[in-house]
Amino acid sequence: MDLAQLAPTTGAAFLASLVECVEAATILLAVGTVRGWRSAFAGLFAGLAALLALVLALGPALSLLPERVLQLVVGLLLLLFGMRWLRKAILRSAGIIALHDEEKVFRSEAANLRMAQASERWGVDPLATATAFKAVLLEGVEVAFLVLAVSAGSPALVWPAALGALAAAALVAVVAFAVHRPLARVPENTLKFAVGVVISAFGIYWTGEGLGVEWPGHDLALLVLGGGLLLAALLGVRLARRPAAGKAAA
Amino acid sequence: MSALRTAWDELVGLFVDDGALALVLVGVCAAVGLLVALASPSPLAAGALLAGGCAAALLASVLRAARR
Repeated sequence: MDLAQLAPTTGAAFLASLVECVEAATILLAVGTVRGWRSAFAGLFAGLAALLALVLALGPALSLLPERVLQLVVGLLLLLFGMRWLRKAILRSAGIIALHDEEKVFRSEAANLRMAQASERWGVDPLATATAFKAVLLEGVEVAFLVLAVSAGSPALVWPAALGALAAAALVAVVAFAVHRPLARVPENTLKFAVGVVISAFGIYWTGEGLGVEWPGHDLALLVLGGGLLLAALLGVRLARRPAAGKAAA
Repeated sequence: MSALRTAWDELVGLFVDDGALALVLVGVCAAVGLLVALASPSPLAAGALLAGGCAAALLASVLRAARR
């Protein structure tokens, strides 16, 4: 396998995972700042351990499924996951819902933690640890799906994709630790828009394979699917803007 | 029990935002699967139906949300 195959996989996983890592880092920063870093790190490591256990348990189980069933299950999950991202990115681009604001999330999370009563068990604050744990586990599950999506069901590409995700996590950790504030400048919606298109295209492709659709051009069909979805999403932004503008004028 | 319920809701929330969109997407996939099994359409027609159906479902969901 050469660099021309590995670089797009690693790069796509890196960019897609960046969004999730930034979201997890914002909550960890809020927990660490308000309730102390010990609880934040306890939640972080517990979340990573739970995620590792989940991947180790479900990874081999997936390989036991017949190929067609696996393609259908993974394809459907990727389709639902990708379309959810794409829908939200379209609505944000059209101004229907507010853009994700890391500073706002940080302030709201910090306020919630300040209001809750502080307590201590085994040297950590249970509420703060649970908040950090939940953030790391949920965003981590999303990263695991992204790795699965961009490795396109090929076992040889899982490690390059995982490497991209790990690089994103390491970069976010280093920058968040250095600046000690939410990373609000990451163009989150643009990344979500692009990643939503890519994951939805993979979802349609694998679901089709699982259903017995023989895609013309095989893997090259992914490019057509991605291009078509991008056009549909851009059309969605245009169409969604009009009623909103009409509503505002009325 | 409520913690399990919360965890389940969070897990479902990873895949389902608009329930109607999720249902229509699963419906489109099921319809294409039935069509492929029963009528053996050309690969191009089956692929176009699957991709077009999913894109149409997405657009309909976006427009529904915009009109709310």
